[in-house]
Amino acid sequence: MTLPLFFFFVFSFIAIASALMVIASRNPVHSVLFLILTFVNAAGLFMLAGAEFLALILIVVYVGAVAVLFLFVTMMLDVDFVQLKQGVLQYAPVGVVVGIIFLLELLMVAASFVVAPELAAKAAVAMPEGVENTRAIGQLLYTRYVFVFQGAAAVLLVAMIGAIVLTLRHKSNVKRQDVFRQTGRKRSEGVELKKVKSGQGV
Amino acid sequence: MDFVVSALDYLLGVPILGWGSQVGFLYKALLLLVALLIFTAYILLADRKIWAAVQARRGPNVVGPFGLLQSFADLLKFVVKEPIIPAGSNKVVFLLAPLVTATLALSAYAVIPFDKGWALADINVGVLYIFAISSLGVYGIIMGGWASNSKYAFLGALRSAAQMVSYEVSIGLVILTVLLCVGSLNLTDIVTAQQSGGIATMLGVPWLSVLNWFWLPLFPMFVVFYISALAETNRPPFDLPEGESELVAGYMVEYGSTPYLLFMLGEYIAIILMCAMTTILFLGGWAPPIALPPFTWVPGVVWFALKLCLVFFMFAMAKAIVPRYRYDQLMRIGWKVFLPISLLMVVVVAFVLQLTGWGFHGGLS
Repeated sequence: MTLPLFFFFVFSFIAIASALMVIASRNPVHSVLFLILTFVNAAGLFMLAGAEFLALILIVVYVGAVAVLFLFVTMMLDVDFVQLKQGVLQYAPVGVVVGIIFLLELLMVAASFVVAPELAAKAAVAMPEGVENTRAIGQLLYTRYVFVFQGAAAVLLVAMIGAIVLTLRHKSNVKRQDVFRQTGRKRSEGVELKKVKSGQGV
Repeated sequence: MDFVVSALDYLLGVPILGWGSQVGFLYKALLLLVALLIFTAYILLADRKIWAAVQARRGPNVVGPFGLLQSFADLLKFVVKEPIIPAGSNKVVFLLAPLVTATLALSAYAVIPFDKGWALADINVGVLYIFAISSLGVYGIIMGGWASNSKYAFLGALRSAAQMVSYEVSIGLVILTVLLCVGSLNLTDIVTAQQSGGIATMLGVPWLSVLNWFWLPLFPMFVVFYISALAETNRPPFDLPEGESELVAGYMVEYGSTPYLLFMLGEYIAIILMCAMTTILFLGGWAPPIALPPFTWVPGVVWFALKLCLVFFMFAMAKAIVPRYRYDQLMRIGWKVFLPISLLMVVVVAFVLQLTGWGFHGGLS
């Protein structure tokens, strides 16, 4: 056993165990925390496979941004646990079907490597020698797959604009602060000097 | 059992007496840890002293000469106090939160190059590693705020999480502009890229390397990074998560003794990390400001520490001088001012590099 293999077993054991805890733990906040642990361990596995860019992007995007939103929502939701437990069996058949389909797909991918190991060498683009994988991914994304990549980005942009349009409301009776107008105000506009006679007021 | 031997050699090796082939990683890490903690103790004292000097007070001056041992006295005080865990709290998460904060803050230092070849792990995605670690830092705060089972703590945690996620966006874009100029994610490469070429070379004074550093050509980004770093580390004037006048102490309100100490330590170590990042990205890392003999004799790590202290002095002065922001104004600056500016600068810098042929890739060819 080599050191990377040892760490592979450590990471994958923790990843699987915490993935089980995501669905097993009673408290939804604990579930999200275990989900984060799973993400971090998956990043460790990426790192062991030599894909350090993907590993760190996984942490930055999923753990640093997406999971924070998950955690926000689960913390602020007022979850009724008793009601939640009653509905579980109702959704179980759908979950089982999805799980079986996903498992079969994973088995097919894994089996293809075992049955026909020469297939792995026929990947669309082989990893170039002596190039760090950050550069390799960048070159591939912006040359060969540039239209697909930009298309995906455009879809995300449209989704973002859609979300903003759905939630944006212009209320007419709300006073708004215009910071540039405030800071751009001159002394002559805001201050007026008045002579006040004593005992009379303004 | 082969891997145990190689692991022991890597961690605990001593290259004499047949004990191993290299200096053990553990010794280097321990040395860095101790040096960092002592440095943090004095940075904390400097913060209080500068703050006091601006307000015409003396600051801590009782423990040791000029109060030099104040931080160690504080450490002792925190450690011997009784830790109090609230009855309604989620105990495991409550105790895990300060540990997560302190450990993550410390682990980012593994890739910082203090001098040429002085990084514990000189990995080729160093910037991304630091960015990932600092984006994980928000979890310590959210976990602490939620597990305390208190309204003040929870509100502080929510504020802090929203603030850190918002300012990470602009910090990421600032780092991106620097990476465009360097062409590598390795921190050592970022420092060496600032030593040759640049404005000093164009002016015909290549020895005046202070002009070569990225703070001059990327000055708007330098300012955006400085302010975003203040917000990212919850420093005043953006210390709304703690906001003692409204939230008492924010997410830390239920903490005491050693758990509180760990939060405090993690916060200050994250602040020093941001100072180190400013030094590496914009102030030329370990390079001397003037590449002539009396300056080049000084070891690089001294220059690094001096620049770091300069950046921290700016952090401390901001704390002493600027009043606290209102929360909606903080969000407005992050999303409506810094994000468009830094996004525009990424485009502008990319265009300039491509058209002029500056930077690593030689432009249009």
